[in-house]
Formats: sequence, C-alpha cells, structure tokens
Amino acid sequence: MTTHYLVLSALLFAIGAVGVLSRRNAIVVFMCVELMLNACNLAFVTFARQHGNLDGQLIAFFVMVVAAAEVVIGLAIIVMIFRTRRSASVDDANLLKY
Amino acid sequence: MGEAITFWVLAVVSVSAALGLVFSRKAVYSALMLGVVMLSLAVLYAVQGAPFLAAVQIIVYTGAVMMLFLFVLMLVGVDSSDSLVETIKGQRVWGAVAGLGFAVLLALAVGNTMFAPAAGLDGATRQAGGNVPALAELVFTRYVFAFEVTSALLITAALGAMVLAHRERVRPKATQRDLARARFLGPQPSPLPGPGTYALHNAIDMPALLPDGTVAPTSINRVLARHDGEYGVAPTDPEKAAMIKKIIAQDVVVKNGSAGGSANGAARNGVATETPAGTGPSTTSEASGPAESAGAPAGGHGRPAGHGQSGHGQGAYGPAGYGPGGRAAVNGTLPGGATGAGPGEGPKEGPAEGTADREDGK
Amino acid sequence: MESPAEIIQHSGGVIGVSWLMIALPLLGAAILLLGGRRTDRWGHRLAIGMSVTAFLIAVISFFELLGLPEDERRRAIALYRFIPGMADMGVLIDPLSISFALLITGVGSLIHIYSIGYMAHDPDRRRFFSYLNLFVAAMLLLVLADNYVGLFIGWEGVGLASYLLIGFWQFKPSAATAAKKAFIVNRVGDFGLLIAIFTVWTGFGSVAFDKLSGTAVGEALKTGQVSQGSLTAIGLLLLLGACGKSAQLPLQSWLLDAMEGPTPVSALIHAATMVTAGVYLVVRSGGFFEAAPTAQLVVTIVGVVTLLAGAIIGCAKDDIKKGLAGSTMSQIGYMMLAAGLGPVGYAFAIAHLITHGFFKANMFLGAGSVMHAMNDEVDMRRYGGLYPVMKVTAITFIIGYLAIIGFPLLSGYFTKDGIIEAAMEHSSVLGWLAVLGAGITGFYMSRMIFMTFFGGRRWADDAHPHESPSVMTVPLIVLSVGSVFLGAFLILGNRLMLFLAPAVGRPEELPAFHAFSGPGLATLVLVAAGAAFAWVRYGAAEVPLVAPRGSFLTAFARRDLYGDALNEALFMRPGQWLTRIAVFFDNRGIDGLVNGLAAAIGGTSGRLRRVQTGYVRSYALSILFGAAVVVGALLYVGNM
Repeated sequence: MTTHYLVLSALLFAIGAVGVLSRRNAIVVFMCVELMLNACNLAFVTFARQHGNLDGQLIAFFVMVVAAAEVVIGLAIIVMIFRTRRSASVDDANLLKY
Repeated sequence: MGEAITFWVLAVVSVSAALGLVFSRKAVYSALMLGVVMLSLAVLYAVQGAPFLAAVQIIVYTGAVMMLFLFVLMLVGVDSSDSLVETIKGQRVWGAVAGLGFAVLLALAVGNTMFAPAAGLDGATRQAGGNVPALAELVFTRYVFAFEVTSALLITAALGAMVLAHRERVRPKATQRDLARARFLGPQPSPLPGPGTYALHNAIDMPALLPDGTVAPTSINRVLARHDGEYGVAPTDPEKAAMIKKIIAQDVVVKNGSAGGSANGAARNGVATETPAGTGPSTTSEASGPAESAGAPAGGHGRPAGHGQSGHGQGAYGPAGYGPGGRAAVNGTLPGGATGAGPGEGPKEGPAEGTADREDGK
Repeated sequence: MESPAEIIQHSGGVIGVSWLMIALPLLGAAILLLGGRRTDRWGHRLAIGMSVTAFLIAVISFFELLGLPEDERRRAIALYRFIPGMADMGVLIDPLSISFALLITGVGSLIHIYSIGYMAHDPDRRRFFSYLNLFVAAMLLLVLADNYVGLFIGWEGVGLASYLLIGFWQFKPSAATAAKKAFIVNRVGDFGLLIAIFTVWTGFGSVAFDKLSGTAVGEALKTGQVSQGSLTAIGLLLLLGACGKSAQLPLQSWLLDAMEGPTPVSALIHAATMVTAGVYLVVRSGGFFEAAPTAQLVVTIVGVVTLLAGAIIGCAKDDIKKGLAGSTMSQIGYMMLAAGLGPVGYAFAIAHLITHGFFKANMFLGAGSVMHAMNDEVDMRRYGGLYPVMKVTAITFIIGYLAIIGFPLLSGYFTKDGIIEAAMEHSSVLGWLAVLGAGITGFYMSRMIFMTFFGGRRWADDAHPHESPSVMTVPLIVLSVGSVFLGAFLILGNRLMLFLAPAVGRPEELPAFHAFSGPGLATLVLVAAGAAFAWVRYGAAEVPLVAPRGSFLTAFARRDLYGDALNEALFMRPGQWLTRIAVFFDNRGIDGLVNGLAAAIGGTSGRLRRVQTGYVRSYALSILFGAAVVVGALLYVGNM
C-alpha cells in the first residue's frame, strides 16, 4: 500500500515542478512550491509508516515549520517587489542576466 | 479496504486539484485548489497514522499559510500579465518533458523497489501512549536542538517580514488642510457623480447620467469597464458602450505611458485619495470602509490603479446617501470571499495606495 | 727555441699590491659616477691622480721585476676564488703584462692630462673622466689577469668603455650610431673569444695561463688530450676575438666610425691601447698558435690584408681623424703579421705596439690640437699652412709622422723594419706586401702633413688658429720624445726580446739588426717615392676645397673598401628579411594562434552567456533536468 502513497507523492511533486516552470505569477509559483513541499511531506509520513518509527513524521513537522517561515518571507518579498515594479510576474524581475 | 477506498478517492481528488492549481487561469482559483490538495493530504496523513500532523496540516497550512496567500493576492491584485501565453521559447514543452520524465523516473524507482509489508506505527507509539506523546518525546529529546533552532528561524522570519514590508515615510503625513488644498487645486473639487441617480439599475457598473441624459464619463468604474472589455461583455446602450471603449483606450495609453505615472493618472488618483478624507466627518469615512472592502475584491481583477479608483468611487458614493449594505450585497456575489480581510482594509489601503501613486506621478 | 718560465706565486713588495693598478682607477670611476655633480669641480684631478698613481705602481713593479733573476720574472698574485673549480681571480705580473701596463698607464696619464685642456669647455667633463678611468681599469684588468676569464671581463669592460666614450656626445646621431656599431661589431669578436675560452676549458680543464703554456699545449697534443683540429679551432676563434677588438679584417668597419668620439678617446682607445688588445691576446695565447700552424698562417694573412686595406683607406680620407684611423688599422696589421710569425715576431709586434702607441697617440693628440684651433673642423681640405701658427703641434706631429713612415733612426724605422725582415724570412710574399704597405704609408702620411701644415691656407672664414695651451702641448712633447727614441731603445741589442723571453719564450737564434739591409733599403726607397708623390699631388699643387671625384680606386678607398656595403648586403639585409619573416610569423602565426584561441573562447562565452537569461523559470528548468538526471543515474547504478 505504501507504494501507492509514494507514487502519489511523486506525481504531486512533478505537477508542482511543472507549475513552477510554467506559471509566471509569483504567488502561483509560490503555491506550486508549497505543493512540492507537501508532496515531500507525504513521502516522509509514508516512510515513517513503512519503517515503523516516528522520525519521518517529525521531519515532516519541521518541514511545515520551515515552509511557514518561508512563506512569510517569500510573500513579503513579493509584496515589496510588487511595490517597486508594479508587477508580480517572475519574468519581469530579470535584470540579473548577461 | 477502507484505507484503499479513502486513498483512491483522495488520490484522484488531490491530483486533479493539483492539476487545477497549475492550469487555472485565476490565482484565486489556484489558491483554492491548493487548499483542496492540502486538505486531502491531511486526511491521508491521518489515515497513515499521523493524526497530529493532519491537525497541524489543517491548522498551519490550510488555516494560516493559505490565508496569507489569499491576503497577498488581495494586496497585489491580479496582474493582467498573468495570461497563459508562454513568453520563453520552449519553456513549456521542456518543462512538461522534464516534469513528466521526473515523475516517470520516480515512479519507476518506487515501483522497482520491493517493499516489505509496512511496519506500522503501533510499536512506536504504544510505549508513549499515543501519537502525540510519542512525537513530543522525540521533539524534546532527540530533536531538541533542531526544535530550538526552529524557534530562532521563526523569529528571524518574523523580523524579516517586518523589515521587508516596512516602508519609511519620506514626507510628513498630509493633514486635512493639505488634502483640502490639493482637492481644490485639482480638476475635480466636487465629489464624482454616483452611478445614475435615477437609474433603473442600482449597480456600480451603471454610469451616471448628466442632466441632458448623456453618460457622465467620470462616473464609469474603470475596473468594471475593463473587466467588461476583457470578457467581451458590451453594454446594450450604444452610447455607454462607446464611452466605455474610450475610457479603456485612455487607460491603455496611461498604462503604456509609464508605471501608472502620467499626469492624467496622477491627477485622477490625487482626487481619489483626498475624497474620503475631504468629505469630512469620521463617520463618513467609517461608512466608506466596509463599502470599499467590498469593492476591493470586485476590483480584484483589475490592476492596482483600480484600487484607488474604486476607493474613490466608494468615497463619492458615501455622501451621496447610498446605503453601504446594498452595495456590499451586490458585490458579495462576486467571487473572493475576503471576509477575514474585511473592514480594516479600506481606510488603510486607499490612502496608502494614493500616496504611492502620487509619489510616482511626481 | 726557449719556452717561457714557470709562474711563481708572489707576495709582498709593490708587485704584491699591483692589483691596486686596477682598483684605483675603478674607484675613481665609481666616485665620479656615483658622486654626480658634487664632484664636478675636482673630478678630473681625482681621475688624473688615480691614473698617475697606477702609472707609478706600474713603474715600481717594473723595476722590482727587473731586480729579480730572469727565470723568476713571472709573478702571480692570487686575489680570491672567482668561479670555484674554473677560474680564480689573480694578477699576473710578467714582462709582457708589465710592458702593457706601462704603456696603458703612461700614455693613459698623458691623455688624461691633455683632456683637461681639450674638454675644458664641455659641461660633462667629469663624466668623460670617469669613463676614461673606467677604461684604464678595464684595460689593466685585461692585461694583468692571470687567466682567460679575467681577461674576458677586462675585454668586455674596455668594450663598454669604448662604447660609452665613442657615444660620449650622444646628442649627435652619428656618434650614437657609431657607438652602437662599435659595440655590435665587437660582439662578433667577443663571441669568438668566448667560444675559444669554452673550447680551452673543455680541452684543458683550465683557463689559467700557467696551465696553458706552449709546453703544456704540446704535451696535451702528444697525449691526445686535445686534437690538432680543436687547437686550430681555438686559434681561429681567438683570432676572431682579436679581429673584433683590433679592427682587423673582416671586423674592421667600426674603427673609422669610432672617430666620432672625442679626440683624446681616439688617441687613447682607438690608437694606443684598446685596439692593440688583439695583438696582446695573440701573443699571450702563443702556446696555441705555435701548436696550430694553420691558425698562425691565417693570423699573418689577416695582418697583411689589413695592413694594405688600412693603408689604402688612409690614402683617400679627407677627415684627418679617419685618415689616422686607417693608419691605425694598417699599423695593427703589421703587429698581427708579426704576432703570427711566432716567437721571432712577438718582440717586434710588442715593440711596434709600444712605439705605435706613442707616435699614434702623439699624432692623434696633435690632430686634436689642430681641431681645437680650427673650431673642430676635421676636413683636411680646410686646413693648410698651419705650420707657422702652431709650431709646437706641427713639430711634434711631424716627429710622429717621421716615426710612422720609418724615417731612419726614429722609432718606426726600427720596429717596422724588424717586422718586415722577420716576415721576409718567413715568406717573401708576406715580406714584399709589408714593404708595399710601408710605401703606401709614406704616401698617405705625407699627404696628411702637406694638406694640414703646408701649402695655401684654405681655412674657413671664421677660423682663427692659435697654439693650444701648455696642458695640451706638454703631453705632445713627451709623446714625441718617446716616438723618437723608444724604437732604438727597444730593438737595438734585442732588449725587448730578451726582456719578454720569460713571458713568451724566444727564438733560439736572436735576430741581428741590419741597418739598410735589402728589404730595408727597398722600404726606404718606396717610402721616399710615396712621399714625393704626395708632395707632387698635395704639397706643390693646389688642393681643391671639394674632393674631386677621383678614380675608381679612390672611390673604393673612400668608401672603406666597400666594407660597410658588404656587411649590409651580407648581414644586414638578410637579417632584416629574417626579422620581417619572424615578425610576420609572430603576428600571423603565434599571435594568430593565441588571439584566435582567445577570440574563440571569447566568442563561445559570448554565446554561452546568453544562457543567463535572467528568467528564474529557465534556471528552475535546468535544476529540474539536473535532478532528473541524478535520479536516473541513481536508478541506473542501483540496478547494476
């Protein structure tokens, strides 16, 4: 049964990755990142069950904490960029290039 | 058996929701889809013997993080550049190839692995007397250092968010006197006309009529006008349609001119900001608060300039004797459901945006 | 034949401190060069003091040497270890080196004194004197060193001093060019000398003179330690070095141009001392030449050819200093000829060298005095009739003239006659050519005298000739006295030959001096004929102010026998072409490769940097690709 969970996790992760690659709205990109994190969490929880100890769950817990912090900072950055550039598109912030 | 049914149902739901998240055109829909995925995952956690995580997932993710996302969406608005036309050559194709390949590889890896029957968590939790006590024991023993470091991380994040979101005030706060002065120096000292005093429709998308029966251009809500334009919904009244077209064309010119900074835009926004304060009594501005909060999601499809515009619109309506409730009811039908962000937003945001624009204009 | 004496280590006495002869002028040069303008006022006096002190040491050493028994007259003073296992620095005092030391310090001191007057108005007089001191030190090192490495250092030192002094008026482009030319032509000779020293070191394992005497060379040849071929090679390479320094053919071209330097320099370096270093080298290396007859033959041939060439050039030059320079070439040719004859000729070569040092210095200084009086005019066609206005100069000059043409009983008569007779004994062809050379000498020297001191006055309008100050004339008088008596003193009774014997060996049979022998009479007749012809052409007839075109032979001589043209065609043009090819190869080949590589890298990176689009999503795509590859690789490895 755990195999199914892992495949589901991989699928969600890949969908999130494709979202990050194809969406331009920074907030949506962020959501896709969150989706990838959640997929990882699912894998952790599944492995915890597979191996019969709680370490995986604990790691998932820490991932959530870190994700929360990341969201706070990331969204703050998005807001700031939006204030100065009047745009939330990740493609508009492309000054750091050749 | 019960678990299998749960899994398959939730797997289908979460995968479709994830696809929806990626493919939906509107950011708000994406956010909702993400919520669905998170809730499904919470259930899956619970099924897999992680009730605590399931709870945290719902509380932290679905509750806090998702709300933050929506909040920032409100703040930032929906950018019209968020169209689904790809601008980087080959990005979409290669992205799909890479994502698909990655998924296939991972699935292959998982499928090729021979798993022993799952050990289950009964053994691990029995001794501590349940999942939560067992986790707590781990957190405060083996992972205590990581736990403490996490606290430092959270504090840092909080400080960082404050620093990033803070903006220095570079000029003294405008007094009522300054605002009144600016208003009377501007092109429109009086409140803008409300939507059709004797109109058949009590709606914000109804422009006001001048005494001679023609449409008053200043009364047309630009956000709604553009919204109509984008969706190809033209008013039946030809005169009104022509007026809307003209205003949209004007807006395009303004937008192309500079980042919301042409003289026209600045003047318009200047009027917009001073209106709520300029109308005097604090009760009025309070009354305009909820009205505007309702207007914000309505204008959520438009550009941020639309905020100032809608704010101005509301400010003008207030003194005109319109019950805020009525409009709120009308606007409440629009998608958004920003109930939580409600009352505080209007008065705060309207002037803030206004000053920003005025600075830009100069 | 008797071989040279053994060298004895020496300490004490003035000979023990004879290294001061080198050190003092060197110190003087260092003080003047480092002291800068502070030493301007008294610098020349210091330089003269150093030079005169060196002369005194040389004189005392000479007498100390004379006081020793004859076969103990080679004294070495070890100074310090120079190149461990190869050469130690030391001074060798023997009759040969002390003769040179006396000549160098003696004539050198006189020319120092003369220069006070000659350079009185030059703002850079101090620098001039420091260079002169440097030259004296280097020349003394050359002749006093007891091994070839020390000799080579002195050799290069005089080359440097010569370069500095020829180019002393470096603001004149002609002087700067002449200095460069002298330096470069000398390099060719120095290269030969250097390779000769290498070969000597390889063959004999030593460069010290006491290990390379004629006996040592003969033994090495007998035991097969060195082959006849390598001895010949050593001889020829040494000769190449000597040719460079002594302006012998084919490396003669620099000497005429070197007359661009101040006249005292021409007198000291390019007449009396430095140019004779080649003769010193051949005599000092006698051991090698005696064991290599081919090399000896080449030496004599070079000597004869140069003596004729120099004489012919001297006939056509209107520039008084260049005429004298041609004469110098010719006289050194005589010395070379003598040195190539073996022990019979060594004494004559050295004797002629010493007397030539005197009379040629005398005439150069005389020429300098004339130029001083004539506003630095060097063209003899603008002279004439100077005898009445500058009697001292004229008389001393005429004494030098009589000495050089071999007027009976004057210096040149004895020494040149000795060389001619020795050559005649060796080979009659060489002998008669030498006689012919003497005849030509009679012509061109007489021409010089008649054009300068007699005949009509062809002066420039602003010329007011006057006698030079005594500081210039006194050296002239001293030198002319030497020109008169030195030859007889050295040759009669084989005095010099016996004195030199401990250093260079001597022939078994001492040559007797025959006054008016057959060749001697022929020489006198030819010289008289030459002088008479010169009188007809330049004494009695009017000398045109502008040189007539002249015959082919005149043009040939005027252009230095086409030596420069030959050098240009043989070396300069091919060298230029080679340089152009090298430059082309460098520009197109090497630079092309390097620049092409750089351009290729630059172009590639210019295209490659387009990958940095600034789009986060592109970067994310590459990250995802990377992750996929890693997963794939892990799967592949896990399944293996």
